[in-house]
Amino acid sequence: MMEPHLSFQRQNGMSSTDPQSTTNDAAQNAGAAAPQVRATTDQSSDPGDRAETRPDPAGPGHRVSVADLRAFYGTTEAVKGININFPAHEVTAIIGPSGCGKSTMVRCINRMHEEIPGAHATGKILLDDQDVYAPDVDVTAVRRLIGMVFQKPNPFPTMSIFDNVASGMRLTGNKGDNMRERVHKALRAVGLWGEVKNRLNSPGVGLSGGQQQRLCIARTIAVEPEVILMDEPCSALDPVATLKIEELIDELKEQYTIVIVTHNMQQAARVADSTVFMLDGGVVEHGLTNDIFTTPKDERTERYVTGKFG
Amino acid sequence: MSATSDTPTPGPGLLGASTRRKRVNRLMEVLATAATGLAVAVLALVVGTVVVKGVSAINLDFLTDTPAPFGLPGGGIANSIVGTFMLVLVASVIAVPIGILIGIHASEFARPRVSYAVRFALDILAGVPTIITGIFIFGLLVVGHQQSGYDGSIALAIVMLPIVARSAQEVLGLVPNSLREAAQALGIARWRMVARIVVPSAASGLITGAVLGVARVAGETAPLLFTSSIVSNSVSWNPAQALASIPVTIFTLSESNSPQDHTRAWGAALVLIVAVLILSVSARSLHERSRRKLRG
Repeated sequence: MMEPHLSFQRQNGMSSTDPQSTTNDAAQNAGAAAPQVRATTDQSSDPGDRAETRPDPAGPGHRVSVADLRAFYGTTEAVKGININFPAHEVTAIIGPSGCGKSTMVRCINRMHEEIPGAHATGKILLDDQDVYAPDVDVTAVRRLIGMVFQKPNPFPTMSIFDNVASGMRLTGNKGDNMRERVHKALRAVGLWGEVKNRLNSPGVGLSGGQQQRLCIARTIAVEPEVILMDEPCSALDPVATLKIEELIDELKEQYTIVIVTHNMQQAARVADSTVFMLDGGVVEHGLTNDIFTTPKDERTERYVTGKFG
Repeated sequence: MSATSDTPTPGPGLLGASTRRKRVNRLMEVLATAATGLAVAVLALVVGTVVVKGVSAINLDFLTDTPAPFGLPGGGIANSIVGTFMLVLVASVIAVPIGILIGIHASEFARPRVSYAVRFALDILAGVPTIITGIFIFGLLVVGHQQSGYDGSIALAIVMLPIVARSAQEVLGLVPNSLREAAQALGIARWRMVARIVVPSAASGLITGAVLGVARVAGETAPLLFTSSIVSNSVSWNPAQALASIPVTIFTLSESNSPQDHTRAWGAALVLIVAVLILSVSARSLHERSRRKLRG
């Protein structure tokens, strides 16, 4: 018998982190009482600000395994039977030329692929030991556990900064009485608190592109997922904003398992522990990032990472 | 080398083509401008005529008095103004929620083929001559009973429905898909996403569609001729009775052989056209605002 793990695991996860968040909130409230000090440090990305909100790596974390995954648009096969393991608390980058199926593969992990009319996928995707494609699994529960950040920042235009971050909690019927604290915590975690704390009620779309993307990441982590998928999260951002997101990814991996699709090979080299090179719907090579970029085993990988094609 | 031999010699050939193209270009530009000018001129002529002929009828009594008994001077169209207000109000209460729900279904829930079929059906309904709608409601609801404001409102609601539904479908289609993706990726259920994210993002566009529907049916005559045209001269707010309306009053007054009645008809036309213009202009500006907001 398969128990409906995906529909109740969220609550388990919440209660286990509750003591942690209480102590953090106390520390944050103490900090908020000294706004002058904060104002001077918050402008730059303040590592101390984030450090106090960062729990220790929480337990063994959560891994994702993709097995025999095939993904189709109509009859066109975009992902042709691939197997990848994404280890817990690691950043795995997916690189490859346009149209190689890397975005499609990632969108299969949280079942967003099937939202496209005519699209479907076969195979297995295991979150820890549970297949997210099993028939009794609730697709919204899958997406709460496996969050996603998109290419273009997409804050909700009718909502304030606060409401954007709170939207996931409110609209998944998971209100809880510590909404305010959780929103503030998520904004601190993405290093946005100092920049927005005085205008939480102004529209989210009034922020700069980089701030909007961090707002979207805050919105994603506010629902306390286990895995975060990022589909070229920096491709619409300038280099400074990109750098901030990359620093953030490095911090987020202590709590989450992260899969990032990127066109930018320097970015993969900077943020990823391991890297997957995909070509034409298949995996060519998967290894430690350093190995992929310095001593690739496959000739096609070498040609791609040295810029000879793609 | 081959490039130079392939290139036509610059000179008379090139210049000739260019002057010919310029002439055609100029001609098309003049024709298009003239057509646009004609449309604007017709609008100006219609509004101008109504203003010139109707303005002498307009005064406070005309707007607040009931019609004078037959053959006597003075009197107003207060019963028609109130009647049109009630008829359009009841029609909107029926057509706006249903129309918006149809738009939501077609844009957010239906498969593409169903959505296309719904759009096609709505376009056909929008193209049904309104006199047919009037006769249909007459045969369905009025025959064997008496005319009533409700019957007229139902006929108007049928005219209004496709306008509201099609514009709802269109403005919901303007909501960027990235917002739906963001909501889905958070694990938000579909109906919640529609109710709390998609519809609010399109809210002013949805209101615009409703206002355009109101503006359209406020001037409809044919659906009311069989359903709400045999009226008393007193002001009535009760849709259970037949209600007077501005368009039917214009029609009746213009059939009369008294010159005063013709002036009153022009005056009523002026009241109607001003009301419709105000509605249309406010709908436009709302629409512009919503487009700007959605583009962020």
